[in-house]
Amino acid sequence: MSGFDGSILETCRMRGVSRRRFMQFCAAMSTTLALPSIYAQVIASALSQKRKPVLVWLEFQDCAGNTESMLRSTHPSVEDIVLEAFSWEYHETIMAGYGKAAEAALSRVVREEKGKYLVVVEGAIPTADDGVYCTIGGRAALDIAREVCTNAAGNIAVGACAWDGGLVRSKPNPTGALGLQEAVPGLNVVNLPGCPHNPSNTAAVLVHYLTFGEMPALDPLNRPLFAYGQIIHDQCERRAHYDAGRYVQEWGDEGHRKGWCLYKMGCKGPEANFNCPTVRWNNATSWPVKAGHGCIACASPRFWDTKSPFYERLPHATGFGVDVTASEIGWTFVGGIAAATVAHGIGHAIRQRRYPEASPAAAQETSAPPEGK
Amino acid sequence: MARIVIDPVTRIEGHLRIEAEVDGHQVTDAWSSGTMFRGIELILRGRDPREAWIWAQRICGVCTTVHALASVRAVENAVGVEIPDNARLVRNIIASTQNVQDHIIHFYHLHALDWVDITDALKADPAKTSQLAQSISDWPKSSTVYFKAVQDRVKALVASGQLSLFSSGDWGNPAYRLPPEMDLLAVAHYIEALDLQREFIRIQAVLGGKNPHPQTYLVGGMATAIDGNEPEATINPERITLLNQLMKNGQTFVQQVYLPDVLAIAGFYPDWFTHGEGLGNFMAYGDYTMGSLKDPAGFFFPRGIVLGRDLSQVRPFEPKNVTEYVTRSWYEYPEGNQIGKHPSQGDTSPKYSGPKPPYEFLKTDEKYSWLKSPRYDNKPMEVGPLARALVAYASGDEQVKQLVDRTLGKLNLPTSALFSTMGRIAARVLEAEIMVGRLSGWVAQLDDNMSHGDVRIHNGDKWNPDSWPKSCQGFGFHEAPRGSLGHWVEIENKKIVNYQVVAPSTWNAGPRDGQGQRGPYEAALLGTPIADPDRPLEIMRTVHSFDPCLACAVHVVRANGRPYQGTKLGG
Repeated sequence: MSGFDGSILETCRMRGVSRRRFMQFCAAMSTTLALPSIYAQVIASALSQKRKPVLVWLEFQDCAGNTESMLRSTHPSVEDIVLEAFSWEYHETIMAGYGKAAEAALSRVVREEKGKYLVVVEGAIPTADDGVYCTIGGRAALDIAREVCTNAAGNIAVGACAWDGGLVRSKPNPTGALGLQEAVPGLNVVNLPGCPHNPSNTAAVLVHYLTFGEMPALDPLNRPLFAYGQIIHDQCERRAHYDAGRYVQEWGDEGHRKGWCLYKMGCKGPEANFNCPTVRWNNATSWPVKAGHGCIACASPRFWDTKSPFYERLPHATGFGVDVTASEIGWTFVGGIAAATVAHGIGHAIRQRRYPEASPAAAQETSAPPEGK
Repeated sequence: MARIVIDPVTRIEGHLRIEAEVDGHQVTDAWSSGTMFRGIELILRGRDPREAWIWAQRICGVCTTVHALASVRAVENAVGVEIPDNARLVRNIIASTQNVQDHIIHFYHLHALDWVDITDALKADPAKTSQLAQSISDWPKSSTVYFKAVQDRVKALVASGQLSLFSSGDWGNPAYRLPPEMDLLAVAHYIEALDLQREFIRIQAVLGGKNPHPQTYLVGGMATAIDGNEPEATINPERITLLNQLMKNGQTFVQQVYLPDVLAIAGFYPDWFTHGEGLGNFMAYGDYTMGSLKDPAGFFFPRGIVLGRDLSQVRPFEPKNVTEYVTRSWYEYPEGNQIGKHPSQGDTSPKYSGPKPPYEFLKTDEKYSWLKSPRYDNKPMEVGPLARALVAYASGDEQVKQLVDRTLGKLNLPTSALFSTMGRIAARVLEAEIMVGRLSGWVAQLDDNMSHGDVRIHNGDKWNPDSWPKSCQGFGFHEAPRGSLGHWVEIENKKIVNYQVVAPSTWNAGPRDGQGQRGPYEAALLGTPIADPDRPLEIMRTVHSFDPCLACAVHVVRANGRPYQGTKLGG
């Protein structure tokens, strides 16, 4: 293999991917990240590095739905991320090694890549009863998380469970489950909630890390602003129907078939932050509201306990629609603009690790969830 | 006699541990342990039954959608509502898409590396690989140039010194026996299958909004509005066209890649049609109907039981004969731990009695798993694609009989070869071929209904909980990719008061029962040859042949000694 330098760009060339297509990908990434277009070049040069950063993916009290979601990543494809952008050395669901060899792969990374590797965590961490509710290789999940995550350059919690305990932590939380940032306090964590996470956002965070060596700007809940800075309701394709007072009244009725607003069927879009309506799922094919069912606010804090019952209409949004007051619209609108402005400001995106004040958008979504334990 | 441990068993869903006794080069005994517990059924108590499926679906993200389906059926059974034909069709399409998708990912991304040595692909001659590919299939991606590019990609990965997912593989294990050309072919298809699964599953995005965890079920039907004259309806002519295209691509892949690959690889491992035999008892609830779920005679996958490898008769399945044991599981029954109980009486509480972590070995002579041991008529049962194929074969299903006999004929094997590790793999690919073929018929029927103005997608008669009886009970089932899945629900005053799940992997991966009978994994591992006890790849082969899903398998209803009123259910 003469002249091969091991970079993604080189690999793309070898596979017949033109420089033009590679640059298109970098441009797409910079758009997802809300960076000015000149950053496509910066991303391209970062992806042309020789040595790939090491990444390990830990699974605890999980359903592997976030792993499956990652497998659906389209731009970039999962094989490009997993095989070529990173050296993805541990991931139980898809790694080649098993048993002792798998354990050895993980401990090698902790030992030899200390302070340099990234960790992705999927699933909640049980803290009750000495951690007997999840063991891997005879070790408690919490024990593994403490060792592997504290020695990492950064941690990414994907999905609701790794973020705040998710469904596993819902009442009555039989196993004392917590999300990563509470189970192992003091970590540097980026949260990518959702049930599951959307791989487009995760890919964008990973590309941002490759490009700038750090994570993108975050909201007060440590979620990337580019993905969680706006309310679903404000981005929804059915929003015009809401504003005009056209609602689905019964499943399968004329309004349902015409794509009217699902608010009266229990949609939680007005209280949910996520870029679901714009990035969509599975190569941008659809998202739940487009498919005809209300949003369940799966990227909101403790959503299982705070947003269920899912078919009950949001009480405090009653009366919206044609007779919505100007101040109500204005408040939401300003929140969205404020978040977007910050997300688009590249200086903020790179320099500012935390959004300085709670945005109205995040505040509206964040109600103090009751403790499940 | 040496005790070996595989933990984590990787390339599965969830957390599985296998301990085995190895004497010389053979497994003499084995224990299967699920090492993770969440308690989802307990969390479901007190919730609105109409949203139970949203919660239950999170039991598993690999076999996503299957728990949603079993759950919504259980609640519909309880409140007594029939769904419109269009909803039934949409559910069949979503479920069969799941089946095919899951089987493809299982073979290429979870199982293949037990048979395929990736590093060996570097030694392959791309021209010979091309000849091999063209000799087994018409799949167009088969040129020398193409395989050379794949090989270069592997070379680059190896040359970088960063092998990523493959860094920990068991390369060079003497148990690998494929020629390098077959290894290279399989590596190419491993990568192609990653692309295929991502495209094919868009069917579920169209009909469910997203995958994993599609979000359009409703008690009484589906939320996928259907209308041939409405561009914003979830199902309209444009979407039917997209579904047809996605289906066609999936079918071509199964016929031209997946099936020929399984047959070719199996041809290099004929002895694996004699290993991993297991119990010889097989069970299927049956599924996929155009009529009522109450009439198993109309099921596309027949219902029944095959006992002791006897294919001359199929015994009827009676739901009341299902029991679960906790004798060797970390739970307690108030009546004592030696008895088996029907899932609807599920009155159990977790009580861990294993070693305190970190530990080296489990106490396998006592309790050793978070999985219970389901039994049918007190017998352990294997479920899954092989069980379904055998029940169909023994029931005289013409299509299955033809496919099975054709496949056995190609490999020059007797029917008894099906009772094996490789038999499970073969049954899975044949099922994928059948399902992907059936899919287009269901889409065509949906299209036909739509063209005739049938826009019914939801039966709202029981949507309002005020219309329900004060208390009611239901059983919902589904033949999931990994086998027979059952959900039992009990509703009182519009809330869930009891919820129980018996998943396919609970049947297959469960520990010993009150009589000391081994579960299917444990039985199948007996006699497994081990070339190198430090690298027991052969154990992975047999365990993987069941396609383990451990998150599904673990369940319970009561935790931390909270009082729980278990009540009896029919079904």
